[in-house]
Amino acid sequence: MFDILQILLSESFWSASLRIATPLIFGVLGALLCEKSGVLNLGIEGIFVAGAMVGWMAVWLGAGLWGGVLAAALAGALFGLLHGILTVPLGLSQHVSGLAITLFASSLSYFSYRTALPTVSSPPRISPFQPLDIPILSDLPFIGPVLFQQTALTFLALFCVFLVWYVLNKTALGVAIKAVGDNPNSVDAQGLSVYGLRIGAVMAGSALMALGGAFLTMSAFDAFFFGMVNGRGWICIALVIFASWRPGKALLGAILFGAFDALQVRLQTEVGAFVPSQVFLAAPYILSIFALVIAARRAEYPRALLTPWFKGQR
Amino acid sequence: MIRIEARGSQSLAWKIGLPIISAILALILAAIPLTLAGAPILDSYAQMFSGVFGSKFAFSEMLTRATPLIFTGLAAALAFRAKLWNIGAEGQLYLGAMAAAAIGTGVFDVSGMILIPTIILFGCAAGAFGMIVPATLKIRFGADEVVTTLLLNFIIIIFLQYMLEGPLKDPMGLGWPQSSPILDQGMLPKVMDRMRIHYGLIIALLCAAFAQFMLVRSVWGFKLRAVGENMNAARHAGIPVNRSLLTVAALSGALAGLAGVSEVAGLKGYLTADLSPGFGYTGIVVAMLAGLSPAGVVIAALFIASVFVGADSMSRAMGVSSYLADLVVATALLCVLLGGFLSRYKIITGVSQSGGK
Amino acid sequence: MNSNKVLSLKNLSKTFGSVKANENVSLDLHRGEILALLGENGAGKTTLMNMLFGHYMPDSGRIEVADDAGHFSDLVLGHPQAAIAAGIGMVHQHFTLAENLDAVDNIMLGAEPLTRMRRNRHEAEKKINALMENSGLSTPLDVPAGRLTVGERQRVEILKALYRNVRILVLDEPTAVLTPQEADTLFENIATMAAEGLAVIFISHKLREVLAFSHRIAVLRLGKNVGEMATSEADEQKIARMMVGSETSLPIRQAATTGAPVLHLEALSVVGRGRRDSLKAVNLTVLGGEILGIAGVSGNGQAALAGVLSGMMTPEAGKIILNNEEVSQIDPAQMIAKGVGRIPEDRHRDGIIGSMSVAENMIIEGVDGHRFQKNGLLKRENITEHAKALSVEYDVRGPGIAAPAQLLSGGNIQKLILARVFDKKPLLILANQPTRGLDMGAAADVARRLIEARSRGAGIVLISEDLDEILRLADRILVIHDGEFAETHTRDRAELGLLMAGQAA
Repeated sequence: MFDILQILLSESFWSASLRIATPLIFGVLGALLCEKSGVLNLGIEGIFVAGAMVGWMAVWLGAGLWGGVLAAALAGALFGLLHGILTVPLGLSQHVSGLAITLFASSLSYFSYRTALPTVSSPPRISPFQPLDIPILSDLPFIGPVLFQQTALTFLALFCVFLVWYVLNKTALGVAIKAVGDNPNSVDAQGLSVYGLRIGAVMAGSALMALGGAFLTMSAFDAFFFGMVNGRGWICIALVIFASWRPGKALLGAILFGAFDALQVRLQTEVGAFVPSQVFLAAPYILSIFALVIAARRAEYPRALLTPWFKGQR
Repeated sequence: MIRIEARGSQSLAWKIGLPIISAILALILAAIPLTLAGAPILDSYAQMFSGVFGSKFAFSEMLTRATPLIFTGLAAALAFRAKLWNIGAEGQLYLGAMAAAAIGTGVFDVSGMILIPTIILFGCAAGAFGMIVPATLKIRFGADEVVTTLLLNFIIIIFLQYMLEGPLKDPMGLGWPQSSPILDQGMLPKVMDRMRIHYGLIIALLCAAFAQFMLVRSVWGFKLRAVGENMNAARHAGIPVNRSLLTVAALSGALAGLAGVSEVAGLKGYLTADLSPGFGYTGIVVAMLAGLSPAGVVIAALFIASVFVGADSMSRAMGVSSYLADLVVATALLCVLLGGFLSRYKIITGVSQSGGK
Repeated sequence: MNSNKVLSLKNLSKTFGSVKANENVSLDLHRGEILALLGENGAGKTTLMNMLFGHYMPDSGRIEVADDAGHFSDLVLGHPQAAIAAGIGMVHQHFTLAENLDAVDNIMLGAEPLTRMRRNRHEAEKKINALMENSGLSTPLDVPAGRLTVGERQRVEILKALYRNVRILVLDEPTAVLTPQEADTLFENIATMAAEGLAVIFISHKLREVLAFSHRIAVLRLGKNVGEMATSEADEQKIARMMVGSETSLPIRQAATTGAPVLHLEALSVVGRGRRDSLKAVNLTVLGGEILGIAGVSGNGQAALAGVLSGMMTPEAGKIILNNEEVSQIDPAQMIAKGVGRIPEDRHRDGIIGSMSVAENMIIEGVDGHRFQKNGLLKRENITEHAKALSVEYDVRGPGIAAPAQLLSGGNIQKLILARVFDKKPLLILANQPTRGLDMGAAADVARRLIEARSRGAGIVLISEDLDEILRLADRILVIHDGEFAETHTRDRAELGLLMAGQAA
């Protein structure tokens, strides 16, 4: 017990928590944005893979780290556009379209990677984002290592939390997005484009999702390997409901999750003899299911989520 | 100006034609990644074709590959008909496989006549359990079954690793994480000598025929369709919605479990962690290509198995990544989606009606 | 009222598939004029206004709108943006509010450019407050629209238009969801605004209010403009004849002998979705051979009453007694088995399974019966015969019994539902808004069937927002307000209106 307390008070623990949470922050924000506008985007898992691959590949090909970030975001946005077209003007099942995008984006990413780098025994590596060293701030006790020695992408994630919150709650665009996710007719009757708002939200959300993937290959690790996303996308979908579609709660949920993940890694070394390692490996997924079940009952889904809207049909 | 208008009912020709056209289109579109990979197109296609139809053995390999896809395709098709999004067939497959390994590797030393049905029964039960839990969570708590079944997949596979390094581990397996072999009398018999096709295929075909019949001609199938098409109206009409959902969940899971049984006790003979290269997920594509029709599932499974087996052979010969197969399958799914839209709606441009057909 | 023309619809036509919703319709509107657009359900009124507002693109025709200076220009068609910019505003029949946003946000939606990074709620609130004072329409501004009453929501809809400096205001069936008093207040406010120059078109199928509140009347029938006249020159018979083209005989309810109670609700409490849509320890009795009319503004517990009677909702407390037997387990199958026939309010959501065939829809409530199945397998010939017979008897028309039910028109879908319900000769019938959205012929048909069932001894609970329908068909009237019933013997609309609003007569 004492050990756990020690862990919970250590800097390295919280620093790791925030690091592990970063891809989830991007993913939950992305899914949140899509769903707020009324579109469920199950392409998230595939878009994570695509973001991871495209970002890494762009850096490998010489685009520089921020070039990679941009490339990943663009790739995400493109897949978002595809999903948006299938589900919004064409009104196809959002579940099926999302799953199709996950399959398509994953297989395209794996195929492209394999084709570009066919004969490699161990995955080639790039120079990833390094932890920042900000004068004064990075040297503060506790907060220094935890917050100010993260990589640039983590800061980007935190900034995105603020950005999404600000757009949704302080801008006219945010009002329109919230409206179209509740009652598309309200938006249409005021002369705005339902299609444009929804597709735009899905594209922006998908770009964020891709950044989550990019973090994996450009910050957390430095190479792209198969199966590295490992269900993070699905965990984000569960966390969005847990976060009640609010950016602040999304950040909280992601960090809690990251903390739990960081804890179980450390716990493994403590109690690894008594408890099989698989319990710790499975814990994040079990936790997600719990979070989903607890939150689902009282969840206030965006009212128009999953229902297609067609122009000129009244 | 472009206007979209709903058609009347779809003709049968369209219902069958659409998936076929999508499949062919996806194969044709495969030329793009082939070119980008620098492979000669015609040769590659020839390789793919001969990889399936080039010899009796190749063809039997395709059938063997299609067997689990028929099971998981049926699992997805039935569940999706009820709008129950079972994405957990992969996990349910492994549950069935674990049950087969638990029952059939020596715990019961009885004759095959008893052992095989027992393995099948427990495999079905294990798979059914794997889907009943998420279905119950959905009914009681409104927890979205897409997410729960997906997350369960990961949990089950981790559990599988635990089992293979622990309770199910083969003591004579030289330390590899694999199960003991299924007893000889517990193995599903082969359909013909020197080929790997086994009775799992026969069982799969029977299941498909039964499912198709029940869906269209039985009261149970009627209620299932009603619940899937309009749950509110079905409930209003007195149809027991929750019971229908739980029943279809059990059946769907059981079918996926059968896929696991079939692979372990029909094909491989023992259980490893890489038993399934994604059969559960591919089953979803099979179901969608089949338009959620059990009879169509058989055909779609054969097609997709052909793509995978053919692409495997082609990729070895041409040095192209075998992920091409996944890409073709994913493209086929997108084509079916788009085609499904076109078949349900006419696109009318201008004044004259040019039916999108 | 000036003779300054402010709007001119010229030869508008619109066809949907094989249905000519509007055919060559022309119409003019003047400054300060209140024009009533009249016609029965399906005549094309809403389609015409939807074309004006840009929801639909006309197949042919033009619309000319005058600006403040009186210059006419062609309106860009098919875009609500253009209509709003031209000063046209519309209050739709089904409200277009985002329920998760408050009134201010709903009103500002679309009025501020999406690219702006900061909002100006303060300014907007000031302007809205001023509008509320001038027009007399008031509503709470900081409550999410989902928690507003129906009347309040409608006022937000009107304020939306006023905020955008509307010069031509269209109201689609504005009084369908209001009490008689609320309707009067609404028209007073409209008259005030019209006096200041606002041009108004309101769509209605209610002759009385049209005669009371409009300056001019235009009648649509089968998609065509069949005549206009000044209201001062109009009377009910004249307009009714123009609306329908011939005399319709509305079925007359003869006095009937009532029998034993078929339904008795005792201290029944139901918690509905909204605070106001519940039932609070109510008592209710329906006798065989009588039609009990439930009058009231929707949202006062009708959904809960319908929910319990159809078996879809479980009561918190109290008893339901059908034919002297207490119903122990309340679910749809039980209610059907005990002889309750239900005609649901939302046909498409609860009444039919659109993608299944007409024949299949006719048996969805009885598929377990011996007639249609044996050993778990469907008896397809019996099902087909049954569907054919019912289609003839109840005049269900469409592309055939094997076609998906969603292809049928609204009236035929209702006939399908009636066929299914009445074929079982139910003891108790729940008719929830049974004639909503139907044209006069179909509505008369429904009324006839209800009266027939009544003569056969069935008890009928008729829930309707249309007070005239209740007055016509009900033997006895209960007014529902805030989850409680008030029995009344009056047939006076004003008194009933007060009861509907919760005020004692």
